[in-house]
Amino acid sequence: MSTLTIRSLRKNFGAVEVLKGVDLEAQNGEFIALVGPSGCGKSTLLAMIAGLETVTSGEIRIDGRLVNSVAPKDRDIAMVFQSYALYPTMTVRENITFGMESRRVPKPQQDEAVKRVAAFLQIEPLLGRKPGQLSGGQRQRVAMGRALVRDPKLFLFDEPLSNLDAKLRVDMRTEIKKLHHRVGKTTVYVTHDQVEAMTLASRIAVMHQGEVQQFDEPATIYNRPANMFVAGFMGSPAMNFLPAELSEEGGRPTVALQTADGKTVGLPIVQTLPSDTPRQLVLGIRPEHIYRFDPDLQRRKPSIAQIDAVVELVEPTGAETMAVLRLGAKEITGRFDPDGTPRMGETVTLGIDMARACLFDPTSQRLI
Amino acid sequence: MADAVLDQSLDHRAATVAARRHFLTRFVIYGLLVIFAAIYLVPLLVVVLNSFRDQQEIARNGLISLPRSFRLEAWGQAWSSYCIGGTCEGMQRNFYNSLKMTIPATIISTAVGAMNGYILSKWRFRGSEALFTCMLLGVFIPGQISLMPWAFILGNLGLSNSVYGLVLIHVIQGISFTTLFCRNYYVSIPDDLIKAARIDGAGFWRIFRKIILPLSSPILIVTVIWQFTGIWNEYLFGVVFTSGQQQPITAALVALTASGTNVRAYDVMSAAVLIGALPPLLIYLFGGKYFVRGLTQGAIK
Repeated sequence: MSTLTIRSLRKNFGAVEVLKGVDLEAQNGEFIALVGPSGCGKSTLLAMIAGLETVTSGEIRIDGRLVNSVAPKDRDIAMVFQSYALYPTMTVRENITFGMESRRVPKPQQDEAVKRVAAFLQIEPLLGRKPGQLSGGQRQRVAMGRALVRDPKLFLFDEPLSNLDAKLRVDMRTEIKKLHHRVGKTTVYVTHDQVEAMTLASRIAVMHQGEVQQFDEPATIYNRPANMFVAGFMGSPAMNFLPAELSEEGGRPTVALQTADGKTVGLPIVQTLPSDTPRQLVLGIRPEHIYRFDPDLQRRKPSIAQIDAVVELVEPTGAETMAVLRLGAKEITGRFDPDGTPRMGETVTLGIDMARACLFDPTSQRLI
Repeated sequence: MADAVLDQSLDHRAATVAARRHFLTRFVIYGLLVIFAAIYLVPLLVVVLNSFRDQQEIARNGLISLPRSFRLEAWGQAWSSYCIGGTCEGMQRNFYNSLKMTIPATIISTAVGAMNGYILSKWRFRGSEALFTCMLLGVFIPGQISLMPWAFILGNLGLSNSVYGLVLIHVIQGISFTTLFCRNYYVSIPDDLIKAARIDGAGFWRIFRKIILPLSSPILIVTVIWQFTGIWNEYLFGVVFTSGQQQPITAALVALTASGTNVRAYDVMSAAVLIGALPPLLIYLFGGKYFVRGLTQGAIK
């Protein structure tokens, strides 16, 4: 059993407010991802959980115990750093046992723990080497071994994959996920990569400017982002935002958009709107919810709405093709199957899945 | 076809011209280097040669000339029997004085510098940067300024005319430099290592001993060489605060040249100078490689 509870946590560096009242909690065995752009305070938050930064106000509890002023070594945590932070003058074995050595764990017990972890992570052949003789992926494993060997209450990861090349990063991501499934420890994972957050986490906290913008399951974060920041940050290519006006057509509410030829097209709104919905809206559509229109599709998905757009640019990636489309004064990105890719300069009729669209209030930036 | 042949010969000619130019520039560079090296080395050569020459021969042929004789007596005299200011024990006592002064002062000032550097780079506190700036002032303040205060302090501590007084002076005077060296080196050690060690349960001393010290050899070598040569070669404090049998070798050398009875014993003087110069020279010979490496080394990867 190990839980993490954070209540209205604040951190100031002099006059600079880095964290402005953060609330967060992790259930036993949960994998929490802290994600956000650089400078959002996610690493500071992690350092405070670890005890490496002091708390200005608020509280951090591990398993219900208030740890605000408990030293890092007494919090029963383990941390994997972005730089791995392997002790360069020690062998892999010494790196792994350093913590136990500090805690005066008896030698036979240490040997057994090293054996267990080395077998678990398949790093037995590396035990005698120095960190300088290891590849990036191997260092990563050793860093995880050093964390695992302690059997702590809480695992903390600080952007552990960002120093690896793209392919290795994907492999290690899978390994971390497997590892978490096998070990089942409560984990807090800091990343700026929204894909890592989506793939690994049971819940994601999206942070921006020292505040948690949304703390929820990945699917909710992705499909029902709480505000325009979360909507824009999660997902690549980013969600398209189109300024629109609330209107009505045949008794049903619509969002009115300006098209390239100056006409106004109304797209029917699927969701039920609250009574205080503003006239001016922002329509948010993810690139994968934009299709090339055809009647068959509409039969299958009745929520598809039609609109014309001009293809400005086509970017094939192999598995799919991105197209930059001009819609009135705005450019939007659509994600197409390579077989049905529109050509540059072509005017296409798009089918927009309005069931998946998000509406935002342009002043408060919140989801409606 | 003809064009190709022509091109080839042109190419060949261009290559020869380039090679010749390359050779010429190398020649000029090495020539200049040899000349400058000679300018630096000739005085040393004169002293070395004179230490093996017979005093009579030096008097006859002049100070600067090739040796016609070879004898080792001057070295023996300089070491153990030449008379300086009434005592006829040579330089050996002063040599040991210098060792007794230099070795502890080097070790202590380096150790204190390493500790200061560790604290100022890895355990920063409010005002630690200001403190570091103040310590740096010591690098820029000339030793002469502190002569009077030191006279006062040594007098009060009862350490005037003693090697221990000099040890104290050199430790204190050296801390600015050793702190600067170590602090700037330790700054390049990633802070993550310290954080990881803290989570691993290591404290202030254990982190220093197990993580910082094993990474420190380049900078410790630099600091030791710097301090050793600096303290060994120091003259001013030695001559002001000690006299006679307590003097370090640098001060004694001057006493030796001044205590000429009737004839100036150039052979003994040369040998004595070389004895005095030998320890720093040996240190540099053995550690010079690390010295240059340590000074130019940046971050630890």
